[in-house]
Amino acid sequence: MTATDLGLPALGGLDLVPTTDEPQKAKDYKSDQEVRWCPGCGDYIVLNTIQSFLPTLGLKRENIVFVSGIGCSSRFPYYMNTYGMHSIHGRAPAIATGLATTRPDLSVWVVTGDGDALSIGGNHLIHTLRRNVNLKILLFNNRIYGLTKGQYSPTSGQGMVTKSTPAGSLDTPFNPISLALGAEASFVGRALDSDKKGLTEVLTAAAEHRGSAFVEIYQNCPIFNDGAFDVLKDKDEAAQRIIPLTPGEPIRFGPEGEFGVTRNGWGGFEVGKVADIGEHELVVHDPTIADTSYAFALSRIGDQNLNHTPTGIFRQVTRPTYDDQARTQLEQAAQAKTPNLQSLLTGKDTWTVA
Amino acid sequence: MSTSANGSGTGALSATRPTEVSRLDRVVIRFAGDSGDGMQLTGDRFTSEAAAFGNDLATLPNFPAEIRAPQGTIPGVSSFQVHFADYDILTPGDRPDVLVAMNPAALKANLADVPRGGTVILNTDEFSKRNLTKVGYAEDPLSDDTLAPFEVHRVAMSTLTQGALADTGLGKKDAERCKNMFALGLLSWMYHRPTEGTERFLREKFAKKPEIAEANILAFRAGWNYGETTESFATTFEVAPAKLEQGTYRQITGNTALAYGVIAAGQQSRLPILLGTYPITPASDVLHELSKHKNFGVTTFQAEDEIAGIGAALGAAYGGALGVTSTSGPGIALKSETIGLGVMMELPLLVIDVQRGGPSTGLPTKTEQADLLQAMFGRNSESPVPIIAPCSPADCFDAAIEATRIALTYRTPVLLLSDGAIANGSEPWLIPDVRTLPDLTVEFATEPNAPDGSGEHWPYVRDPETLAREWAVPGTPGLQHRIGGLEKAEGKGNISYDPDNHDKMVRLRQAKIDGVDVPDLTVDDPSGEARVLALGWGSSYGPIGAAARRVRKKGLPVAQAHLRHLNPLPANLGEVLARYDTVVVPEMNLGQLAMLLRAKYLVDIHSHTKIAGLPFKAEELEGVFTDIITSTKEVAR
Repeated sequence: MTATDLGLPALGGLDLVPTTDEPQKAKDYKSDQEVRWCPGCGDYIVLNTIQSFLPTLGLKRENIVFVSGIGCSSRFPYYMNTYGMHSIHGRAPAIATGLATTRPDLSVWVVTGDGDALSIGGNHLIHTLRRNVNLKILLFNNRIYGLTKGQYSPTSGQGMVTKSTPAGSLDTPFNPISLALGAEASFVGRALDSDKKGLTEVLTAAAEHRGSAFVEIYQNCPIFNDGAFDVLKDKDEAAQRIIPLTPGEPIRFGPEGEFGVTRNGWGGFEVGKVADIGEHELVVHDPTIADTSYAFALSRIGDQNLNHTPTGIFRQVTRPTYDDQARTQLEQAAQAKTPNLQSLLTGKDTWTVA
Repeated sequence: MSTSANGSGTGALSATRPTEVSRLDRVVIRFAGDSGDGMQLTGDRFTSEAAAFGNDLATLPNFPAEIRAPQGTIPGVSSFQVHFADYDILTPGDRPDVLVAMNPAALKANLADVPRGGTVILNTDEFSKRNLTKVGYAEDPLSDDTLAPFEVHRVAMSTLTQGALADTGLGKKDAERCKNMFALGLLSWMYHRPTEGTERFLREKFAKKPEIAEANILAFRAGWNYGETTESFATTFEVAPAKLEQGTYRQITGNTALAYGVIAAGQQSRLPILLGTYPITPASDVLHELSKHKNFGVTTFQAEDEIAGIGAALGAAYGGALGVTSTSGPGIALKSETIGLGVMMELPLLVIDVQRGGPSTGLPTKTEQADLLQAMFGRNSESPVPIIAPCSPADCFDAAIEATRIALTYRTPVLLLSDGAIANGSEPWLIPDVRTLPDLTVEFATEPNAPDGSGEHWPYVRDPETLAREWAVPGTPGLQHRIGGLEKAEGKGNISYDPDNHDKMVRLRQAKIDGVDVPDLTVDDPSGEARVLALGWGSSYGPIGAAARRVRKKGLPVAQAHLRHLNPLPANLGEVLARYDTVVVPEMNLGQLAMLLRAKYLVDIHSHTKIAGLPFKAEELEGVFTDIITSTKEVAR
């Protein structure tokens, strides 16, 4: 088999999506549907953040599509005054792939949850990421099944007591960031539902990324897993735990920036006191490193207990997208051979009955 | 023209030795060998020669699911049957007049099908003690009376092929692999077939390996010359060209015709096509064929699984493309939830099921028509979809266009039920003039449609005639809307759990499919006196038709009708059924259509079923029809 270089120009994530000069407001993105998540659900804050952030992109609203699967977060499209589809459990990335491949003029967003994306839809998630289809996947991770009322999910911790695990969950949870990186995702980020600024930064970069952008959003479920991320929301605790990733900057955190990330002997990263490590030994964050090992090592600093939680953009690299290449193949084929249905049907070997 | 015995001249071969020439109206030849022996290619080439000569023809490939089953064993036997005639034929033939057996396994697996007096041509080189033992021949069938009832030609094909290629520098093993072309050459001589096409084909196929092309051509010519020069073949046979309907023909398989039908539907609807699919036997050739025609705006997406394949097709349909997915029965099982979503969202989608033997993995390379009830009912809740079934390889083209027409007109998934027999089988196809193809142009919604004048867009406002909703694609200003799998409020399309609304929507979705415009069923009864109707669907059209002809030849009247639309059924079907004393429905399942007919029309059906992985034989149905007609007469007395 031979590989063909399609010679594609570098595009931004939104370069083919029509824009408008008309100023937009957050309320332009609110649909007339009553939002029906439980009071206090983290989904409200994420919805508000996205409705506030989208106007900054200046896109025509009718060229934005939200596709979701099944679960609490998957009700998201109903509340957006854009085009939207509430599809099947786990299948949104596959459906969005067909849409994005045939419609380069759309900004396509997938809204999914930890059960939807990592359990029933795990296969579609990893294959979409490896293909690098130009769509944005927002994974609302609340570490529990909410819509089915409280069973453990693929991100629930071992031993977690839920409705379906009265004696404690036996499953080892996924680290969604590590999983996405293992699937060759070209853009991987993480943000907290309550951190409007951080979330907006990651979403903006994701929107402008050409290819699959995967964003994990820690999201609180007040009913079935309340307070799962509280340690990241308490100001003092958060300072000890959240590790902000800023491109070009040494990775350090703590109330006084006294902690930092350095390389350990195994090719991975570890956390220590800057005073012990030495400033020059701190890792300087670079999400554009082509080798996924770098971002993967960063993702492993985070743990299920949230003792250390890197947030921001882990990885942001440029590589060809599936849909751009698929469309280029079509264009090249049409240029090489003008479509002629009659000649196709007739073929080469015919005979005539007089 | 002289025969060039060797070398690679381009002149056509021609017979010079005077033989007795016997004229036949039809012949059935079966090429059988090991799955690595190239029997499918051999049969395919012979078919092309018959087509080029102007015969009518029908073919039946039959091969194991294993790519290379253990060599020389019965499970590893691959065969290709071709029926060619000087008149219009309907089936690949019940029994081979000529069996070409390349090894003992092929002989053992196929000999029972050869009628007494039939011709058996054997590659004697393969009849070693070891090979005979492998397939359980205690005695060598070449030396006992196993072959006594047949006219047998023993040809050392491997040795002769190797001899013919001795000067080519090709290794012994590679040379031996050309023996299928030797067999083809011999049969081409026996049946006065044109040879230029095969030589041209070999040159093109092996364009990058000219030495292999020449070796195959040499072997082909050696086979021809063997017939020509040895005295063991006293008779050659001629089958005159068939007097088919006027026009230009080509040979086509069902899967190719299906792919062309999809491309034509894309052209006629002016929509880009996205085929989302996953490899599965016997449907993969639809993917292979479509992937070659990207210049027609065809995107082929080989997904990570069956579900993603149909998901991508539905996503593309949401965006205004012609979404297509292709699979076989096990794949339909996986796609059923997405078909249900398509029913709920009321989007056009073409779902192709090339049926195979089941349940489960079943018989991947064998045929069956047992997915009818799965197509009808294989989804949760009330989830009606139109169903179309082509009746022959060439008919797959028209069926694909018709299925697309319904999908686009009524905004619904449509199931197209082909099967292994017509997918791989081939026949002559009267090439259509593309100017006669139906116009499938669709109009997308451009303006808000709310009947209350609010200026909103309501996604579930319906066309009063077709009950189809508007197709409002993303990118259209002012029509932003949300759809999904939850129940919709009539008109507005918002989520609704209202009991009356649900009842109404279930009935509306059903009414939409029930109202699909389907042509009336036509009945073929040349005598006008038939009291028995043979009713079929799908690929059994050929054997039912051939059996009906045989029965009529005996002076027994029988009517034949064939259902292309399985859902909804033609409006006149109830009246047609009522006209006959007995309705016999032959099916390659346990009576699925019969069950639907009994339930819907409260009529008795004589259900005749067979699930052997192979099409019905005309002689078998002839017997069934004859018995029924005879007993119907007696009852009437």
